[in-house]
Amino acid sequence: MGNRVVVTGMGVVSPNGIGVPAFLHAIQNGISGIKFMPHYLELNFSCQVAGMPDFKWDSLTNYISEVTLHGLKGTNIAYGLMAALDAWKDSGMDYETDEPRWETGCVFGNSIADTEAMKNVINRVDNKEVKKLGSRVVEQAMNSGVTSYISGRLGFGNKILTNSAACATGTQAILMGYEYIKHGYAKRMLVGSAEHVDTYVFGAFDSMRVLSRKFNDDPEKASRPMSATAGGFIPGSGSGALVLEDLDFALARGAKIYAEVLGGSTNSGGQRLGGTMTAASSAGVLRCISESLVNSNINPNQIDLISGHLTATNADKQEIQNWCDALDRRGDNFPITNSLKSMIGHSLSAAGSIETVASILQIVHGFVHPNINLDDPNPEITKLVSVNSLPVKMIKKEVNIVAKANFGFGDVNSCLILSKFN
Amino acid sequence: MTRQEILNELKKVISPYTTNKEMLAQINEDTDLLKDLKINSANLVDIIIDAEAKYDIEIDYDEADKMMNVGSCIDVISEKIGQKQ
Repeated sequence: MGNRVVVTGMGVVSPNGIGVPAFLHAIQNGISGIKFMPHYLELNFSCQVAGMPDFKWDSLTNYISEVTLHGLKGTNIAYGLMAALDAWKDSGMDYETDEPRWETGCVFGNSIADTEAMKNVINRVDNKEVKKLGSRVVEQAMNSGVTSYISGRLGFGNKILTNSAACATGTQAILMGYEYIKHGYAKRMLVGSAEHVDTYVFGAFDSMRVLSRKFNDDPEKASRPMSATAGGFIPGSGSGALVLEDLDFALARGAKIYAEVLGGSTNSGGQRLGGTMTAASSAGVLRCISESLVNSNINPNQIDLISGHLTATNADKQEIQNWCDALDRRGDNFPITNSLKSMIGHSLSAAGSIETVASILQIVHGFVHPNINLDDPNPEITKLVSVNSLPVKMIKKEVNIVAKANFGFGDVNSCLILSKFN
Repeated sequence: MTRQEILNELKKVISPYTTNKEMLAQINEDTDLLKDLKINSANLVDIIIDAEAKYDIEIDYDEADKMMNVGSCIDVISEKIGQKQ
């Protein structure tokens, strides 16, 4: 069985709201965080809109010392620090400690360091000015930059890991933290993920022709998961963070408990049986979802809400088909399903953690956030499931169990089962 | 520049790298950058780079190794400024 694992703190940096209260307001009211990016027009990008958090570097002075802030250039690190430290504060604990917190670890994922910031490094080296780089480049270029800044600020002394599994990174980080606590290796894990889709990474996706390009003059309409007019995803940026704790450990300190992580699974389709570098194998997805249910000891009919991956590419239809097959629920019996990406775009590694924060807020506050821009659902999807399961307006409703899944390049999958705490 | 003038300028160069602003306000030539100002040793590199830019001088690695307290910083900087003139 293992220890029960609960969520005791949350933080979020999202294109449609920074901090949990602003984010909650945004997802309840269907507020889009997608904006026109004039710079992308100048660069001849096909997609010229993005989900960028309204982030102010100055606001970090409330989180880290001015010495640390001076020379911090990695935007992904900045987002991750803010979400993680907000989650920590939300869980009722202080930032400061003299002793290492041996019982607490961190799993925080990301895809790539801020290449825009690295451009300065490349330019200086090429200009034979390597001596002017200074001491702060390596720590921000390394994949473990985000976890290093977070765990250093909070003095974590348990496992510190940086995971990277493309778009499945965020849910995978949460699952890894869950497993360490469940098996008794740690009492508390700060988990989550961060992503800054800078100009160069954005450009690389643009060149793959997987981004939405027909709504540049109407940015809030551009991200259209499951719609007939969905024409690709919109890159987003941000971070989501959660404090996970052993239930008894959390109860002993009188922590407030938002929800319970019942279990989950992460796997790969092996890039076989239809799976490729860029496409998920349905066999792998089905196994991932089924194993999540078994590990969580629930049956498919208990799922109240699916928080889908659903990016607004032509993979949406196959994803819905996979959920139907994995749960053996279809038509009117299909669970209510939503995609946060309709409001904030697809924030790659950060997607899973931001969507998990959204999932838990829906459990805690008893609502289902809308799928915005779904006024024209894809008929191939509504052949499989009832339109009533794809709400376009917020629904006030008790939500007990959420299935949250993400699927990433490399044919990697990750699924979490989240529950109201009983 | 007099040593006092360099010291006053040096305070501004060092400032982003120390949280100990009270100590910084009263530094003298004996103040140790690591022990007294609690500067992270990795950041000494950044202080040297900033000083190079500020005084338009070049400090080589061997000279940089000497710059452990305020007095030795002033020694190196004033020598380099002197060579420029």
